[in-house]
Amino acid sequence: MIPELGHFCLAMAVALACAQGVVGIAGPSLKDPRALAAAPVLALLHFTAISLSFLALVWAGVVSDFTVENIADFSSASTPLLYRITGIWGNHDGSILLWCLILSLCGAAVAVGGGRLPASLRARVLGVLGLISCGFLLFTLAVSNPFTRIWPPPLDGAGMNPILQDPGLAFHPPVLYTGYVGFSVAFAFAIAALIEGRIDAAWGRWVRPWALISWCFLTAGITLGSWWSYYTLGWGGFWFWDPVENAALLPWLTGTALLHCAIVVEKREALKAWTVLLAIATFSLSLSGTFLVRSGILNSVHSFAAAPDQGLFILALLAITIGGSLLLFAIRAPVLAATGIYAPISRESALILNNIFLCAIAAVVFTGTLYPPFVDLLFGIQLSVGAPFFNQTVLPLAGPIILAMGIGPLLRWKRADMLPVLQRLWLAGAVAVLVFIILTATRHIIAALGLAGGAWVVCAALTDIAERIRLFRVPLGQALGRLFTLPRAAIGAALGHIGFGVSVLGIAAMTLAVQKVIVLKPGQSTTLGGYSWTLQDIHDAPGPDYSQRVADVALSDNGHVFMVLHPSRRFFTAQHVITSDAAIRTNGFQDIYIDFADEEDGGAELRLSRHPGAPEIWFGGLIMALGGVFSLSDRRLRVGAPFRKRLPGGATV
Amino acid sequence: MSPLRRRLLFGAPLAVAVAGGAGFYTILRRMQNDQYDPHALPSPLIGKRPPAFTLPGTGGGSGFSNTDLLAPPKPMLVNWFASWCAPCQEEAPMLQTLAASGITIWGIAYEDQPAALAAYLQKYGNPYTRLATDESGLTAINWGVYGVPETYFIDKTGIVRLRYAGALTDEVVKTQLNPLFEQYS
Repeated sequence: MIPELGHFCLAMAVALACAQGVVGIAGPSLKDPRALAAAPVLALLHFTAISLSFLALVWAGVVSDFTVENIADFSSASTPLLYRITGIWGNHDGSILLWCLILSLCGAAVAVGGGRLPASLRARVLGVLGLISCGFLLFTLAVSNPFTRIWPPPLDGAGMNPILQDPGLAFHPPVLYTGYVGFSVAFAFAIAALIEGRIDAAWGRWVRPWALISWCFLTAGITLGSWWSYYTLGWGGFWFWDPVENAALLPWLTGTALLHCAIVVEKREALKAWTVLLAIATFSLSLSGTFLVRSGILNSVHSFAAAPDQGLFILALLAITIGGSLLLFAIRAPVLAATGIYAPISRESALILNNIFLCAIAAVVFTGTLYPPFVDLLFGIQLSVGAPFFNQTVLPLAGPIILAMGIGPLLRWKRADMLPVLQRLWLAGAVAVLVFIILTATRHIIAALGLAGGAWVVCAALTDIAERIRLFRVPLGQALGRLFTLPRAAIGAALGHIGFGVSVLGIAAMTLAVQKVIVLKPGQSTTLGGYSWTLQDIHDAPGPDYSQRVADVALSDNGHVFMVLHPSRRFFTAQHVITSDAAIRTNGFQDIYIDFADEEDGGAELRLSRHPGAPEIWFGGLIMALGGVFSLSDRRLRVGAPFRKRLPGGATV
Repeated sequence: MSPLRRRLLFGAPLAVAVAGGAGFYTILRRMQNDQYDPHALPSPLIGKRPPAFTLPGTGGGSGFSNTDLLAPPKPMLVNWFASWCAPCQEEAPMLQTLAASGITIWGIAYEDQPAALAAYLQKYGNPYTRLATDESGLTAINWGVYGVPETYFIDKTGIVRLRYAGALTDEVVKTQLNPLFEQYS
């Protein structure tokens, strides 16, 4: 009964989304206030319908209703409650329903939070969102219905892939999807602006918070995913240049470019058409990333089994969404002209430079990901493009970004002088050079360059803040006072840059990692990275839906044991799968990583690693996302400011 | 910029998207018709002779080069393996059985150490008529080896007719190798 209600709500949502699309797009030209007012209401109803539908599926998962095929295939009676819920989006059909839920949530957020937008713009934005949602809901309903029943129901479900039973992965898809789908709002704003044929500073101010919030989610989502692969897959790697990872990285790159570009529109009314194109490109890449990966075209370890006819349906949807928006762009965008002018050395130019390099990286990653299937199609040559290609092409492009990232924020708008800016950055430069010199003497040159680059970005961002609060030029108390009155956007931006720098530091430091694969019997020990590693014991331990063998490994430094870790091998009886649960202990600056790979003749095959800087990779991602949130807290106040003054008793800034 | 050039420039993204869409459409159609499998591991060597190489042997053995494979007296197998690879250990009994049934198997040890290799052959047996070692792994790249174990079928004219990636099983021998031995003997 409940699954049928869910199915019915899904059908209702299609109708509501379609109505939202038509009313939203056509409403403003009808000049009928009722049509303009209807769009937000329809968006809320549409969100409610999908939420109910999603809740119905969650309910089926929680009570383990194995008459629903989706639940029978990916859950089992012994699966813990958390994973019975998160398992809903761990498979193809459920994850697309989650995708639609988040899209409708975005629409509802615009309906509720967009009260200060001009009514026609809001209606058009909601209309675009409604049309996209309508298409993907139709897809769900027609070819990937998560509510399909099976009869007779199996006694127990097939169970969830054990490798996905992990808290990190439980929350990775919703966060990542929110990031992906959130860019639909920026996209809808771009389409609405193209329809209206007008882009001004106000448009830049409206679109930026939406882009920023999705960017924060996308950053956090990528960070979570990378962290998950680091600690569960047992390889100790954090980025594999897998097509699915690239699919998440591409919108992140163009989204980052969009964020920076929207500032120029907001402050200087320049780069309008480019910003619109970036908004379209970011969402298009999000869409292609989520769906083309599932069509089976790209050879990936993250395989979602999907039939090619689903692929054709998806391709048709993508063709309409992406092709339609780019056609609109080709027709309408040439009339958008810049009004602000600027000199070659200015904040605007720095932001353009940032855009060029981010988009160049995106282009390289895009080419590398799509090259194998296309070269096979055109020339019949089969090949694979792997990490060596990406490392060799992306790293040289990241260099100039890292260099420019330090200088850019200190340049003034319109026209700036390079010399005083460089003078102010002498300390950051000195630190970077010092790091480089110290490290090249003893270590690898790439690691030295990376660490110097990271140090440069972090120090330059700190210098920016120090300059703004006039640290050491005015008394300390006064400087701290200035810190609190500083626009939060400025602090957010600096935090974003610091986060990036910290990630660069972590990635560079990871190249200094030491690793050893060794078979130890209980009582034996080995040395690695300056520590002595001793296998104390191997024993059995119980688990909820698995049994496990645990190895106790003690680390000692000069005979003094300071750490005991317990990596394990888990045997999931329902699925006949063995996973290894790596033991990781971090002190914030380095990880000790032990993977229990195999057990033979009473000995344990252990993969021992010492990863300096590994935690910084994810701390950096977190700091970046936090910087975005911090900046957002400023935006919301300021965006409303001109309007709030008119409200009686309203807070003024 | 002239208005026309501006228009053309703004149409460029659409052109790229259309080209990409057409490409994906063709790929999907070919996947539906089973003409294209993105997960297959095709070998560039099928229908050709192995690329030039000269590899040393191990433990006093002489190794071999591509010229030794030009015209074998009867069809044979070249098996890539390594002492550190677990599936190779699983495959070892199958190779022993094949060798015992009179099939010539030459082995190439991939990125292996002489001592570990000797211990491996001691423990799991040596089914190889001739043995070479590719310590640098460069020959493996030229062959397009995806991973070990990997087995190549070479006919009497020295041409590669089959590449099988992964450990040989009864099923693979029955359905893929035996028909080839019959066809090319």
